[in-house]
Amino acid sequence: MDKMPKWADIVLIPIISLLLAAFFSALVILAIGENPVEALKLMIDGALMRSAGWGYTLYYATNFIFTGLAVSVAFHARLFNIGGEGQAMVGGLGVALVCLYIPWPHWSLAILGASVGAALFGAAWAYLPAVLQAKRGSHIVITTIMFNFIAAALLNYVLVEWLRPIGAMDPASAKFPGATHLPSFQDMFSTADTPMFRGAPANVTFFLALVACVVVWMLIWKTRLGYEIRAFGQSETAAKYAGISPVRITVIAMLISGALAGMMSVNTTMGESERLILNSTEGAGFIGIAVALMGRNHPFGVLLAAILFGFLYQGGAELALWTSIPRELIVVIQALVILFTGALDNMVRAPLEKVFIALRRRNV
Amino acid sequence: MDFLTLLQVLDTSVRLATPLLLACLAGLYSERSGVVDIGLEGKMLAAAFFSAAFAFYSGNAWLGLLAGIGAAMVLALIHGLASVTFRGNQLISGVAINFLAAGMTVLAAQSWFRQGGRTPPLEGAARFNPIELPFAIGPTEAAAVDRPLSQLIAEANPLQQFYSELISGHSILVYLALLTVPATWWLLFRTRFGLRLRAVGENPAAVDTAGVSVVWLRYAAILLCGVLCGVAGAYLSTALQAGFVKDMTAGRGFIALAALIFAKWRPVYALWACLLFGLFQALELRPDIIENVSGIKVQVQLLGALPYILTVVILAGFVGKAIPPRASGEPYIKER
Repeated sequence: MDKMPKWADIVLIPIISLLLAAFFSALVILAIGENPVEALKLMIDGALMRSAGWGYTLYYATNFIFTGLAVSVAFHARLFNIGGEGQAMVGGLGVALVCLYIPWPHWSLAILGASVGAALFGAAWAYLPAVLQAKRGSHIVITTIMFNFIAAALLNYVLVEWLRPIGAMDPASAKFPGATHLPSFQDMFSTADTPMFRGAPANVTFFLALVACVVVWMLIWKTRLGYEIRAFGQSETAAKYAGISPVRITVIAMLISGALAGMMSVNTTMGESERLILNSTEGAGFIGIAVALMGRNHPFGVLLAAILFGFLYQGGAELALWTSIPRELIVVIQALVILFTGALDNMVRAPLEKVFIALRRRNV
Repeated sequence: MDFLTLLQVLDTSVRLATPLLLACLAGLYSERSGVVDIGLEGKMLAAAFFSAAFAFYSGNAWLGLLAGIGAAMVLALIHGLASVTFRGNQLISGVAINFLAAGMTVLAAQSWFRQGGRTPPLEGAARFNPIELPFAIGPTEAAAVDRPLSQLIAEANPLQQFYSELISGHSILVYLALLTVPATWWLLFRTRFGLRLRAVGENPAAVDTAGVSVVWLRYAAILLCGVLCGVAGAYLSTALQAGFVKDMTAGRGFIALAALIFAKWRPVYALWACLLFGLFQALELRPDIIENVSGIKVQVQLLGALPYILTVVILAGFVGKAIPPRASGEPYIKER
């Protein structure tokens, strides 16, 4: 029998962890001499009370959905893919090549092509760590960390030596042709009388991210492959007995994970900057870890957690604009969320389990 | 390339290898006791900030060093709490610590100094300055005869050049870091504590059966790791550079992790691995030297990525297999 009802595991623990993280964040804000309640108000005003604020929140959320899904698919196979950052960088390269060298007639076709490019490049970047883990037992966490740094060096090299237009100073590719520009929320939802999402970078890729959530949900819970991935994650020896090949599952799970991380760059590179820049990922690959932990590795949870982090990102930018609180506050909050929902999970869980066991005894 | 240029490159290598070496040995203690630590980067960064801040306020580099060690030990305790006491995921805890340090240092720096996430530049006794060994040609000799130091060294004989340029003129922390290598070897392989520490990383159940506390040993290792990360961070901000800047560790914690694997978790190998990676970093600063020597234009990006690429190759087991301590990464659960 379970020690706790399922809802407590899925809802109560993340909420307690989040409250703990919020409490410590409030202490940090107090320590630098600002008012946490005021700060929260400012964040909500800036991120949720205007359509443009939502435009930014959902733009960031789009990135985090992809990277969060990437981390959670790997988690299901009990693999910790910390290389989302590198996979997204290389995915951006895929997007840039597709957009720059294929003459697309319309954005709707271009986004499909770019998604394939991003997914292929991202998956390729996850392939080697996956094979090394599966066949040679090299720890995937270490190899994916190393691949993040190698990706940064590779991207730097490619941008400086190949993709940079002649005469340009900053390491960035040329602007993508107009036909590949994705419609933003402003283009889609504004009418002549009521402008909506003005200037916000949220674009059609958000819907692609929603589709990705559904596809991942179907894959993990409704297909044979998903079952194999989960079985492998639960117990490698049991999976082996059931005839599931560890090598095959490790590689496939990592390829899917890398592809999802890579697809994040459709949003940043094609949707926002419309050219490949050096630091388009901005740490979103790592935020995927926090998002997956908070979302309990379920696509719906990932969606909610991604929107929460999108809100934190946009709200944090507003704080930096109006108060003396730097943007790095979000990094601290992110760290606390990872700490409480991930590393200190047992600290929250153990007392709660005791409470539930005591309650059950009383009822019996 | 002439002898003097070689010496200069090696000199820079030693300077750049020092923080790697300290962090690498820090990781060695932790991982030998069975606690994986990918939070070396964060601990170094926190130490770099706090030592620069306290050195600035007190004007004393040693007080700064103590503050840095303290900061790194606090983060080490959080890691211990998560990975030993609450038996959580050590990797996730390490990731959290890295972000915590990255965010908190900028937040604190902005709140204390309001200079965009940096500390004011450190001067004089607030820094660990180079020390001149006896008989070496240093700035004092140059000032005495009123000629540039580089000229004096260029005229000296090769042995004197070697001694003055490479051996002498580092800050005390460099020599301290080099001494830590034999000290670590002695502690791990010649003392009872070391034997137990290594055993707890291989087979904690056996150590427990022998009546030795697994929890205590692992905390001891984690705290030692914190101390060394503290020295590494203090070196970055008060010796190598004069003050803290945002994200100044720049991936050194991960290069140290790479060096640890490269060294197969052994102290003396760690020294060579860190010197090698230090050399790569030194050459990254002087790409013209490789071009002059080999005639090939080497990409600086490739040099920067080389430690990571080499580590992947080593991890893949193509050049000698790197086998981590057997119990590393696994929380120990005492059976009842």
